[in-house]
Amino acid sequence: MPILASLVCGFVFGCGLVVSGMIQPTKVLGFLDFFGIPSGTWDPSLAVVMAAALAVAGLGYALLGTRPPLLERQSLWPTKKDIDRSLLSGALLFGLGWGLIGLCPGPAIVDLSTLSPPVIVFTIAMGTGMLAYDLRPARASGATWKSLVSPTAADG
Amino acid sequence: MANFTPISAAIGGALIGLSAVLLMALTRRIAGISGIFAGLINPQTTDRAWRAAFIGGLVAAPLAAALLGHTVPAPRMPASYITVVIGGLLVGFGTRLGSGCTSGHGICGIARLSPRSIVATGVFMMAAIIVVALTHHVFGG
Repeated sequence: MPILASLVCGFVFGCGLVVSGMIQPTKVLGFLDFFGIPSGTWDPSLAVVMAAALAVAGLGYALLGTRPPLLERQSLWPTKKDIDRSLLSGALLFGLGWGLIGLCPGPAIVDLSTLSPPVIVFTIAMGTGMLAYDLRPARASGATWKSLVSPTAADG
Repeated sequence: MANFTPISAAIGGALIGLSAVLLMALTRRIAGISGIFAGLINPQTTDRAWRAAFIGGLVAAPLAAALLGHTVPAPRMPASYITVVIGGLLVGFGTRLGSGCTSGHGICGIARLSPRSIVATGVFMMAAIIVVALTHHVFGG
């Protein structure tokens, strides 16, 4: 059942990305291009997508509260609290890549369905970057390595 | 604002929010795509089935849309594959180092009022806005 639930959730998420147009990198870049505000070409659609998603998710999470999940025993609710250097430098690097192409992980995966060669190359590079972090030698990162390596320990 | 599509953006955004709430209600998981995908391709992961199902659902969405007659337009990407690879590496490494992306931090994290996610979203938004300003306007593009 959790597998079916995940499939449905992925499908609904993907439909949201398709309907909103966020799978087109140039539409995302149209929002990120603030020079478009004075010139009148700015596209605020991404802000509307986020506002609508936050309204629904915020209300839904608030209603759910701390209720246990219906189909699983284990909860993967994020537990990290610190605003540390990893969070800040990771967000910075992600933002640089996102601004360069206009693709973040969700739209990249949805766009794989088009079999577009640059999207395939982007997704392979993205996976390589993820594995480079997740599988990097323990020695390089010191004592916090164990807590960071688990893919389930992430915020999202 | 000729390209502004507020209605489809609001409907699409609501669907994304709904997906995040459903996944939380049913499995108590965060709908963070970078974390779900990274766990799927990581050889050390043990819980791969639900991740594969979620990613499969994502890819199925545009195919279902195509069956209904809404063909998804080809993504417009930079001409240079070097740029594409650099962008992909930055997105992949950065989302793991920073524990999340637009979905995990930007939507799920902010929706649960996580200070970490609010800060992370501000940082990656600002970084992306600066990169676009530099590549599209200062250095041409």
